[in-house]
Amino acid sequence: MTLRVAIEGVSFWASRLPGWDIARTVIRGEQAAPETPSARPSPTLLAPTERRRAPDTVAVALEVAARACEAAGRKPSDLPSVFASTHGDLAISDYMCSTLATTPALISPIKFHNSVHNAAAGYWSIGTGSLAPYTAISAYEYTFGTGLLEAATQAVCEQRPVLYVAFDIESKGALASMAPSRGLLGAALVLAPVNQSQQQRGLILTTESVAESHPTPARSAAATLVADNALAPCLPFFEVLASSSPRTLRLALSRQMALNVQVN
Amino acid sequence: MQSRSLRITAYTLCSAAGDGTAATLAALRERRSGLSKNDFGPAPIETWIGRVAGLEQQPLPAEFANWDCRNNRLAWRGLATDGFIEAAHEARARYGADRVAVVMGTSTSSIGASEEAYARLDPDGRYPADLRRPIIHTPHSLGDFVQHALGLTGISVTVATACSSSAKVFAQAERLIRTGLADAAIVGGVDSLCGSVLFGFNSLELVSAEQCRPFDVERRGINLGEAAGFALLEKQAPRGAWLLGYGESNDAHHMSTPHPEGLGARLALNDALKRADLRPEDIDYINLHGTASQKNDEVEAKIVADLFPTTMCASSTKGWTGHTLGAAGIVEAAISLIALEHELLPGTLNLRVPDLACGPQIQRDNVQRKARHALSFSFGFGGSNCVLVFGRDR
Repeated sequence: MTLRVAIEGVSFWASRLPGWDIARTVIRGEQAAPETPSARPSPTLLAPTERRRAPDTVAVALEVAARACEAAGRKPSDLPSVFASTHGDLAISDYMCSTLATTPALISPIKFHNSVHNAAAGYWSIGTGSLAPYTAISAYEYTFGTGLLEAATQAVCEQRPVLYVAFDIESKGALASMAPSRGLLGAALVLAPVNQSQQQRGLILTTESVAESHPTPARSAAATLVADNALAPCLPFFEVLASSSPRTLRLALSRQMALNVQVN
Repeated sequence: MQSRSLRITAYTLCSAAGDGTAATLAALRERRSGLSKNDFGPAPIETWIGRVAGLEQQPLPAEFANWDCRNNRLAWRGLATDGFIEAAHEARARYGADRVAVVMGTSTSSIGASEEAYARLDPDGRYPADLRRPIIHTPHSLGDFVQHALGLTGISVTVATACSSSAKVFAQAERLIRTGLADAAIVGGVDSLCGSVLFGFNSLELVSAEQCRPFDVERRGINLGEAAGFALLEKQAPRGAWLLGYGESNDAHHMSTPHPEGLGARLALNDALKRADLRPEDIDYINLHGTASQKNDEVEAKIVADLFPTTMCASSTKGWTGHTLGAAGIVEAAISLIALEHELLPGTLNLRVPDLACGPQIQRDNVQRKARHALSFSFGFGGSNCVLVFGRDR
């Protein structure tokens, strides 16, 4: 089974790779990564009071989502979206678990409603006024490939452009021993049906049953900068996108199912 | 590519109202609520809950010990009911282990295990040894467990959009089957009681100290519940009810309050009817989200009163199960399928005086009537809406 979609917009954010332009040149080896990490992006879509207290998940997800739409020249409110995160908001999970262990009656209602896995998607839809459906998914170590497949599937099935946003944040407290993740990492794509897009750049996705789905390893200078984040398995995909020539790579969808990606 | 109808060749559910479809049907017929006074955790808040009995004494079989936790125990209990595992194994044999996708919905997955770890950290602040199992401390705990428990090897994903989660799984699975990425799918959802949701919803002042009373003028809020439910979707099969359509949307309004006119919910409903090629007059029963929160029920009652004929029956079954959050979609999908199969349209338990917003569609009493088409509404935090359309076996 083959899915073909056009890539209309790409964005990327990590503290030492703040933006796709920088990330792409670092991946290509044309430039060293900035020494000083950037401060977390400000979710300017939100009202000023909400901006300050927005969780890191929301800040990084909204940043990459907005940049991908800009790059695609698509109005955010027109796009259905797929939000994927391995662990969701690890900082709020740590807060919820430690507060419940000590003073459960003092749980913050705002932290609680921000604890849902679809919080970033919810804030995105509120901030952009988008009524188009969103989803929020996780597939543990296979999250990035699984989300990519769902976004491409939606674009093909519904014949409309789809926003794909993936992110993971830094783990906190005792939970960090079970769900390790460092720093903020976000990436987004706007994918469109091939017959509806001016873009020449596209993806051909095929699934394949295999004995062991060894994903293509990361190999650029950017790899060490994001290796500790739970979303690090996304990097090889962006390494391929950073190159201007057609390339292929393999992502994993499960231990025994690979997602073969051809970027032309 | 147009969405296509799929056969539902097996389904099951397990909630406080009962284990399996037969026990659930009996509870519905006898109007026996599964709700009980909250006794969950060391310092229970004053409310009622839909608690599934016995999970504490039912560890997972040894081969699945790595996934053992309350949420996955409940998943296993559901899988073991109504011959669902056998049906899944037959599908696996028919299509191949890699061709049956797993699409699970949950709100909090096994966060209860992380809560327990934090309550029992060792003196160095580390997890207790028995809970040092990373897979149960991440949202995909559920999807991963179900895939392994059924011996499947293909796509496995956990959808977590709060209370619409296990309704949206039907949409995602339909797309996977439509594009040929899978031939069949195990869809479903599981959410289990935990401190996060009990104290969390309490902090939002959405929890009722008495039994929930959906659509009642004196409703005081929700009762939380836990449940597991599963359905097997196939492209072609000689029998089974139908998934005829689905609609998804969101409100773009507020993180924890629905849009006052139900804008997103109406869009999801329109999308669902369009995919199913049906009109409101074709619908015989709606299983409403009906949480018994002030806002949800008011908005939902208006939608039903505005759009459906007065002869159509609609109800909330939360009075039987409590609000099972990420499992509500599949639980109420299963109840809708029971309604079609057994010609029993459940009423609304604990409804005495209907809210002024309610039209005559919203039923207090059960109705024994043949029904062709049923809808199930699921709306969640973050404004996520999903409407499902089911058709009886024909």
